[in-house]
Amino acid sequence: MNETLEKVIEILTDLHEDVDFATAEKLWDSHILDSFDVVTLVAELNNEFDIVIGADKMTPENFNSAQALAALVEELSEI
Amino acid sequence: MLFTDSVFIIGLCVLAAVYFVIPKKTRWGLLLLASCAFYAYSGWTNLLYILTTAASTFGVTLAMDRMAAKRKETLTAHKADWSKDEKKAYKEAANKKRFRLLVLCLFINFGMLAVIKYGAFTVKNLNSLIGVFGGEGSIPVPEFLLPMGISFFIFQTMGYAIDVYREKYAAERNFAKLTLFVSFFPQLIQGPISRFDELSKGLFAGSGFEARRVLFGVQRILWGYMKKMVIADRMLPAVKVLISDPEQYRGMYALVGILFYGLQLYADFTGGIDITIGIGQVLGIPIAENFNRPFFSKNITEYWRRWHITLGTWFKDYLFYPVSVCKPMINFSKWSRQKLGKNIGKYAPVYVSTVAVWFVTGLWHGAAWNFIVWGLMNAVVILVSERCTPLYQKFHKKFAWSNTHAYDGFQALRTFLLMGCLRMFDCYRDVPLTFKMFGTMFTDWNVGIFFDGSLMNLSLTASDYAVLLTGTAVLFIASLLGRKGSVRKQILDRSPLLSCAVTVALLLIVVIFGAYGIGYDASQFIYNQF
Amino acid sequence: MTKGKILLCGTGMAAASVLLLAAAQRLLMPKYMGDVVEGNLVADYYDSGYDHDVLFVGDCECYENFSPVTMWQEYGISSYIRGSAQQLIWQSYYLLEDALRYEKPDVAVFNVLSMKYGEPQNENYNRMSIDGMRWSQSKSDNIKASMTEDESYLSYVFPILRFHSRWNDLCADDFTYFFGAEPNFFSGYFLRADVKPAENVPTGRPLTDYAFADTCWEYLDKMRTLCDETGIKLVLIKAPSVYPYWYPQWNKQIEEYAEKYALPYINFLDEDLMAETGVDLSSDTYDGGLHMNVYGAEKLSHWFGAYLSRTFSLGDRRDEPQLSAHWREITERYYAEIARQKDNLEKYGNVKGEQKPEE
Repeated sequence: MNETLEKVIEILTDLHEDVDFATAEKLWDSHILDSFDVVTLVAELNNEFDIVIGADKMTPENFNSAQALAALVEELSEI
Repeated sequence: MLFTDSVFIIGLCVLAAVYFVIPKKTRWGLLLLASCAFYAYSGWTNLLYILTTAASTFGVTLAMDRMAAKRKETLTAHKADWSKDEKKAYKEAANKKRFRLLVLCLFINFGMLAVIKYGAFTVKNLNSLIGVFGGEGSIPVPEFLLPMGISFFIFQTMGYAIDVYREKYAAERNFAKLTLFVSFFPQLIQGPISRFDELSKGLFAGSGFEARRVLFGVQRILWGYMKKMVIADRMLPAVKVLISDPEQYRGMYALVGILFYGLQLYADFTGGIDITIGIGQVLGIPIAENFNRPFFSKNITEYWRRWHITLGTWFKDYLFYPVSVCKPMINFSKWSRQKLGKNIGKYAPVYVSTVAVWFVTGLWHGAAWNFIVWGLMNAVVILVSERCTPLYQKFHKKFAWSNTHAYDGFQALRTFLLMGCLRMFDCYRDVPLTFKMFGTMFTDWNVGIFFDGSLMNLSLTASDYAVLLTGTAVLFIASLLGRKGSVRKQILDRSPLLSCAVTVALLLIVVIFGAYGIGYDASQFIYNQF
Repeated sequence: MTKGKILLCGTGMAAASVLLLAAAQRLLMPKYMGDVVEGNLVADYYDSGYDHDVLFVGDCECYENFSPVTMWQEYGISSYIRGSAQQLIWQSYYLLEDALRYEKPDVAVFNVLSMKYGEPQNENYNRMSIDGMRWSQSKSDNIKASMTEDESYLSYVFPILRFHSRWNDLCADDFTYFFGAEPNFFSGYFLRADVKPAENVPTGRPLTDYAFADTCWEYLDKMRTLCDETGIKLVLIKAPSVYPYWYPQWNKQIEEYAEKYALPYINFLDEDLMAETGVDLSSDTYDGGLHMNVYGAEKLSHWFGAYLSRTFSLGDRRDEPQLSAHWREITERYYAEIARQKDNLEKYGNVKGEQKPEE
């Protein structure tokens, strides 16, 4: 597990202690993350990784799993 | 035009008949023609609004697309020789230009909506504000006839423009096709607000005649008409009576009003959506669902995920998220974390966005203070329950009985009543009166009205009640069955003959037990002025 | 599913829908067999054999004031009254037009009271005048001319759209007469054998404008032209009903029109004529002067039959066997009905034989 993913899971777990984010899928689709969580999460990730996640990135594809989120973070940090 | 107008129903039959006969490639053209005819039926000038929206969006989205292509081209050309920062700077500059175009498009369309829908409201409030400061307050109040469905098609089309800006998909290159997306007539009465990528495929495909799909479509249409005509329209006179005289109908009458209006609105709105989706299904055009058994929701957040879904997601994707992550908000977030501590600081921006979004949602529902207060009250309830979430979790962990179906039912009832109370703003259209009427439910314990026949004086007869009760029971059972998947599919799987019989029975029920014709007001759908 | 099966299902559903809706429509449409029997007048015509020398069109002043049986018995004139409650002039015109599809009478008689109504009046009466018509261009035109603001054309094409809410008021009659009403009339005549004298009949309040509406004149012209073209003699009458009030100013307009086009116009309200017909408003009306009872109707028919056969040289047709048989049936029913009503009057004090609750 890479560093980004670990950090992402840590932030996620901070939001919902009772979910195993390493394996969980469909976080967005099954409303584990509601819109409040999504916005809070974006602020946390922006803060943590010094990136800017725009509203256009706030989609189910990017938020359905910790892995997808980590990928998004890495993509945005690259440029 | 309403779904219940005979012109609409006859036109629909003709459309469906012609649709499946003409070549597939021309079918979308027929839909465009039908949509224009539908819109022109209530006045030729109405077409101008559609055309303005379609033309401005068409021009802007094409330009944004071209600029994006050029940006990609340039970036590829300079892949080697530009530094990372140079690339970033160029990209930002290019996107800024595109953003300006988007803003122009949003300005034209929301500006049009603002003037037509909110012009009078704004000027009236300005006038009274000037009055407060001792002025005359006599700016002339502009009056426009609200074109049907203008909020729906502007929201839908602006969603498309934003998506193109975000490069979610390419812009439509055929103006006529885009105009069809803007004006697709079954959606103009009550929504839903569709997304281009979802709707356009079916819209332009010219699907063939598929018996099963058409049967399901017809069943859904009839089901919608049943909700609308048998239940909602029969209920409406009673709702009107209860609202018309708040002095007399207070206390428990207000509670009855909540129940009646909740049922009436549900039957009317979901019925209209059923008709719209059913029409789409007959024609082979999948249209987004707008409801998911909302009255089974256990809390208000869930309720708003299941009621008027397409409006909720529109606000989420195009307003709540952008506002939440815009630069000032990010700065506010940083500031609040430092100043307000981690717990509150983390959530403060979300709460601010929530209130902002619900303010706009209220405004969307109508240009009046009662709707704005209604929106803000929703935000309050949502925020309070959000803050209390940890408490609920503890509660459910501690008490096993709180995880039973009975408790689920209690929660659904609680949500229904809570939403009903909020809807009182919508009923009375007067903020102080609404608070007063809410109060009477606790001060005026006239429970006798449930037993002394008072309910018979609300312009509903015993047989009306019988039809309403039966109808509501049927809706409830259908909702329960619907949890296991499409009820129509369940029926067809059991027996095709049964499915056919149900179709015929629905038709008969609508024709005989529908509340229409002389003696009934052909009421407008509550939502079609939005 | 195969194509054949789909076609079968589709056709089956369509057929079942049409059949059930038609049955529901039959059941839900008012049967007009109880208090308001007049609703069956218009449909009744289609069972009349279509062999008439004289055809009346008009409102209740026609169908309650003239007895075709008397005219048959005394003069051998075969007549029919195509009347209906508050029949407006365009309805009279279209009912005449409709009747001409089936037969060609020698004389058409129009009662002019409805000249006073220039606009559609009342949905209930519209229904009674129109729903009974068989489908034709005349019916369609009649609907368009008659609809009040709230009505829709479609609800005349499919009356279930109007009467669907009667599911709540269904009664035994709706089932008993599902396949058709019983004959209640005598060649279009609505018979009453009771007496209620006309007393203190108010004269009409002054009107601001006595001119008949343009629409009415148009239809009167149309009726005259239709009769001219088909070789039918048109007779205008005003029945001797004293209420609704027939203004002298109105009468004058009709007189002038009749003179202009050389049409006979008979005003039975005329005092001399009243004396000649022998109508006595203290004994010959059943509702205080609005309508004649059978005694008044017979007196009028006695006079009018003589007038018609004299003026238009109508032959005595009592020697035609087929027609005689037709009239024999009507006459038998006619006298049976008079006897029944008299009997009821004696026993219960009303013609219907309703038992009044004891006081």
